[in-house]
Amino acid sequence: MKKSRFQSKKISASEITPEAVFLKRRQFLAAAGLAIGATGMLPSLATAQDSRFDSLAKWPHSTEETQTPWDQATSYNNFYELGTDKGDPKKNARRLVTDPWSVEIAGECAKPGKYTLEDILKPHAYEERVYRLRCVEAWSMVIPWVGFPLADLLKRFEPNSNAKYVSFETILDKKRLPGQQYPVLQWPYVEGLRIDEAMHPLTLMAVGLYGKALPNQNGAPLRLVVPWKYGFKSIKSIVKISFVEEQPDTSWNLSAPREYGFYSNVNPTVSHPRWSQAQERRLDGKSTGLAALFAEKQDTLMYNGYEEEVAGLYTDLDLRKHF
Amino acid sequence: MPASQRSLPMPQPLISAKGLIKPATFLLCLLPVALAVYAVSQNRLGANPVESLLQLTGDWGLRFLLVTLAVTPLQFIFKWAWIARLRRMLGLFAFFYAVLHMVIWLVLDHGLRWDLIVQDIIEKKFIAVGVVVVAGLIPLALTSNRFSIRKLGTRWKTLHRIIYPLTLLAVVHYLWQVKANDIYEPLLYLVVLMILLGWRFYRLLKH
Ligand code: HEM
Repeated sequence: MKKSRFQSKKISASEITPEAVFLKRRQFLAAAGLAIGATGMLPSLATAQDSRFDSLAKWPHSTEETQTPWDQATSYNNFYELGTDKGDPKKNARRLVTDPWSVEIAGECAKPGKYTLEDILKPHAYEERVYRLRCVEAWSMVIPWVGFPLADLLKRFEPNSNAKYVSFETILDKKRLPGQQYPVLQWPYVEGLRIDEAMHPLTLMAVGLYGKALPNQNGAPLRLVVPWKYGFKSIKSIVKISFVEEQPDTSWNLSAPREYGFYSNVNPTVSHPRWSQAQERRLDGKSTGLAALFAEKQDTLMYNGYEEEVAGLYTDLDLRKHF
Repeated sequence: MPASQRSLPMPQPLISAKGLIKPATFLLCLLPVALAVYAVSQNRLGANPVESLLQLTGDWGLRFLLVTLAVTPLQFIFKWAWIARLRRMLGLFAFFYAVLHMVIWLVLDHGLRWDLIVQDIIEKKFIAVGVVVVAGLIPLALTSNRFSIRKLGTRWKTLHRIIYPLTLLAVVHYLWQVKANDIYEPLLYLVVLMILLGWRFYRLLKH
């Protein structure tokens, strides 16, 4: 199963990569195939260096802050489909089946339809972007994502002038995904952006992190990253993208409208009923043991430090009302 | 037993099973902190150790409140007379974990930033409820000694009955802190509390 996915990647990638890289890739594939044959350990593939990302372009505006260690970014996750404790998504990662994968494109556009993951990804060149990720629970990470601008993807389906918003849906698989056996949230998980937010050059469609394919617990095979909004806006494991005229009902907003607004832009001045948003605990592995307990929190920045880039989107908006 | 024999002091064995119950329980009650200290030293508390410790101490504070409330029912239902002697220790451990929980929140989570601490207590009702529970447990802990029992007489019992509403508030604190509809764990604690209170209510009706 996994193998065919890699083979299909090989075909599309070989058209655009130099031969040396291509050959190296073949060696990797052979080694990977051997590993499967020898040990039958499929999951090792998931964390292997992904050959699709061998010659990644580096986005020039990446933050230089200390990056969260891989271990922490892949073992401390909010992905309620795989369980509500931070450690659950990694434990239950195998319950998410990502192959085969397709994405339905719907609504106000010229080219709706069901696209295979390969069709979705094929035309796009990946780049590495290091973003801050700020969770509404007042912790944050720094993560090197691999992906491409969402705008590049959306434009291919030619949205029309009625497309005022874009809504996204996560996979619904009540039989396998343990979290979906309880009505903790409305399933499937739905998120949404205003069309100008979706088209903003910072808004990323991610397929990897740390030069590797997204592990399931981080939202494989395809997830959104909107760095100036609280993390729950960056929806994982996307199976549907719709262009819509009305503001979509999003899962967290439906669950607690007073707590989770549609916009949910990072804003230290608007307090949340559960967590003060003035400060955040940066999880970057800089300190360990006892020192980690006494590490100071840092002040949260407006729009998570991306104010210069995105403040223009909200000049007409009352941020206290539209939190 | 002849009177002459009763007056003779019985030779006490140095270690008796009865005498071991208390120290053994004491050590057992300390196990969660011991494991936590070890986990911190080994860097095994995950990406966000402060959050882990906060949850761990909150959980044990609530569990010890419930265990304390389970002493009387166990004593009556299973005729375990010996268990009554553990009640005070268990109650004090509930207080110990609750205070630890609060100190972790004040020092590690909020870095003693009193402006943010006061703002949180005012703005967040689940925090305010938690503070009420800790405050309510203080007089109970302070009067958990023979001197106070003698001094307060019947008022001691009345005072210590506030453990019932305090435990209920601790469950409310947990319920209000939960995100989305992830209420299964606090509901489980609520069910346990209802059983413990229901047993008392039933006995009250019978007598
Ligand atoms: C000063 C008083 C208190 C404060 C400021 C406080 C604060 C908190 C906070 C911030 C959390 C959320 C932890 C997280 O991020 O997940 C929490 C959870 C909790 N607290 Fe408290 N608390 C207080 C008193 C108490 C008391 C007295 C008890 C019970 C004896 C208690 C039991 C719990 C429990 C059971 C949880 C849930 C832990 C979990 O998620 O497993 N708290 N408390």
